[in-house]
Amino acid sequence: MPPSSPRPERRRPALLAALLVAASLAAPPEARAFCGFYVAKADASLYNETSRVVMVREGNRTVIGMASDYKGPLKEFAMVVPVPAVLQREQINVAERAVFDHLDAFTAPRLVEYFDDDPCNDIRRRGMLDERMSSAPGAAPMAGSARKSAELGVVIEAQYTVGEYDILILSARESTGLETWLRQNGYRIPPKARRALAPYIRTGHKFFVAKVNLGEQAKTGLQHLRPLQFAFESPKFMLPIRLGMANAKGPQDMLVYAITRKGRVETTNYRTVKLPTGKTIPVHLKKDFKAFYKAMFETAWKREDQRAVFTEHFWDMGWCDPCAADPLSADQLRQLGVWWLDDESAENTRPGLIPGRRRVPVPGGGPVDAVVTRLHVRYSAETFPEDLIFQETRDRENFQVRFVLQHPFTGPAACPEGKTYKDSLRRRQEEEIRTAANLTGWSTAKLRRDAGLGTTATPEPWWRNLWKR
Amino acid sequence: MVMLHHEDPRILQLTFLGSLLLFGVLVRDFSLQPVQVLLCLATALAWQGLLGKGRNMASAAITGLGLSLLVRADNLWVHPLCATLGIVAKFTLRWQDKALFNPANLGVVVAMALLPGAWTSPGQWGHAWILAGWILMLGTGVTLRAGRMDSALGFLACWSALCAGRIGWLGQNWGVLGHQFTTGSLILFAFFMISDPRTTPDHRWARFMHAAIVALVAFFWQYGLYRPHGPVVALVLCTPLVPVLDRLLRATRHQWPVPPSSLRGHPDAPVVAPA
Repeated sequence: MPPSSPRPERRRPALLAALLVAASLAAPPEARAFCGFYVAKADASLYNETSRVVMVREGNRTVIGMASDYKGPLKEFAMVVPVPAVLQREQINVAERAVFDHLDAFTAPRLVEYFDDDPCNDIRRRGMLDERMSSAPGAAPMAGSARKSAELGVVIEAQYTVGEYDILILSARESTGLETWLRQNGYRIPPKARRALAPYIRTGHKFFVAKVNLGEQAKTGLQHLRPLQFAFESPKFMLPIRLGMANAKGPQDMLVYAITRKGRVETTNYRTVKLPTGKTIPVHLKKDFKAFYKAMFETAWKREDQRAVFTEHFWDMGWCDPCAADPLSADQLRQLGVWWLDDESAENTRPGLIPGRRRVPVPGGGPVDAVVTRLHVRYSAETFPEDLIFQETRDRENFQVRFVLQHPFTGPAACPEGKTYKDSLRRRQEEEIRTAANLTGWSTAKLRRDAGLGTTATPEPWWRNLWKR
Repeated sequence: MVMLHHEDPRILQLTFLGSLLLFGVLVRDFSLQPVQVLLCLATALAWQGLLGKGRNMASAAITGLGLSLLVRADNLWVHPLCATLGIVAKFTLRWQDKALFNPANLGVVVAMALLPGAWTSPGQWGHAWILAGWILMLGTGVTLRAGRMDSALGFLACWSALCAGRIGWLGQNWGVLGHQFTTGSLILFAFFMISDPRTTPDHRWARFMHAAIVALVAFFWQYGLYRPHGPVVALVLCTPLVPVLDRLLRATRHQWPVPPSSLRGHPDAPVVAPA
């Protein structure tokens, strides 16, 4: 007979959700150099209360890692996740947040910058242009009495303490019983939770319920909660986001980092759209890049009727160009759950990288046997009525969201080419303003003012170059 | 040379598929290169010209457009290879002088199953009632003219009933049904693939049965085995059913309208279904 629990504390569940199906073979990616310098990134810290989910999948084997940026009192934290089967202790792990942060930084949208050359040095300039053209784009207190649980149709299938978490694996016969059980055991379940729980019970899911063991947490000496991971096999390649909507006040952001072997991951039941990339934006946005990125994402999201999933990054995990962070080591990949990297391939994680320029692989050096797709979802109950269902495509074309700053040449440029350069520079800056306005929905007048170009465009007289040779 | 009778539904079908493709590339970011479309069309027409002695070129163009709408590839050889497989299979894999596979359907499934660098994106159309309504309306026009409304409606009715049953059983929100029904790829499948008059059973009741079985298999594939692309896979899997149903329920075989001048003495002149 399990000990009866003291009066339970009320816990606010951060109802995250996760689960899982499939896919295939492609040519290795073409290594292309990128002659820009990475200067900034728009990582997960941009959004409040963003869930980060790392999904590692090959065949039916799946490892899911979930990190929340929960900032409230630790004793109020709880997480309920549908899982396809009762998980053994060894299937559950607590990961280090630093690895998740590194993966986030590695895949983050980025800003790169170039500097115009002296227009009077034509030979040098042409050389640079050619180069650029070629590089385009203790669980006991949680349990109520067994008798009560049985009456409610809820069975505690297993209970573990893993790291700072007390974990229960529950099975339930029907959603009302599970909802009541969770309430009786101190979980503050939102009113609509029953409806959200029902489909998972019907399909035989178990419920992974985690809360913080304050004693164990104190031993870690950490101020934050570490990500939870679990490994299982399932033909379903999906993420059950519907549960998390029950207590949501508005749209929620989630970043999904899918690590697979064959190709880009996309959703099959929602449109997957690549975000704009490669656009040159006004140089003054360097200091406002995070605000720019947020506005750009918001605009893209609205243009897609708030119903699309956005690809922010797809790349081989062995290299990047330009890099927002170094590629992850074999050990870090294993920590994330990449189980197929054996020792031999681990040695190949960074083969043949040029000393001092570690980010560009030597041709033929061999990439890591893992690719990562970063998907950004902003979802609400109305716009995402179904859970996310994924497929792994055979698309191997590298993609990253990056924006470009092209700094003007600021020297004297006292030559005929210098005059031509300055004329083209004005046109280019106007184009950059229009691009930024179109991407963000910001007014061109404001952008022009911030760029120091005045509030209205001054078109060049049409006759200026009429009779010039 | 593409010669079409003015009542040939393929005129409407070509126009419609062409405009869908343009819409997809320009508005929906299909990540499709124009040269892939050109290669796909050219290959389909070339094989049709060679094997079909220049007849039924419109059907080959429809196959080329259909494959361009559905198949995505990170190289240039996947589309022409799919077109080749589809058209060659149309002339070689036959039962009692009737093609077994819808050429585009076969090309898509082979691409998904076997070809490196090829995939399909069922979610690419998004879920908009306006788009779905538009495809539905124009698809209805084409299918009515081709006389295969029973296949399209039979499939959609069974598929919707199965999805609705699942939603009711799971206790999901009914908004899910709208979400599942408004996907462009489903409606495109119903009106432009399963309703192909040359590869569906000849008899009306047989077509209903065929459509219902395809819907059942597709549903099991997608929600029982949790694998994507249920309808297109199911149509290929159900191919052996067509000759069986044609044998059980006999009827006149469909022929595309042919201009009278080109008909006389031609070896491919309309054939009445086998007795």
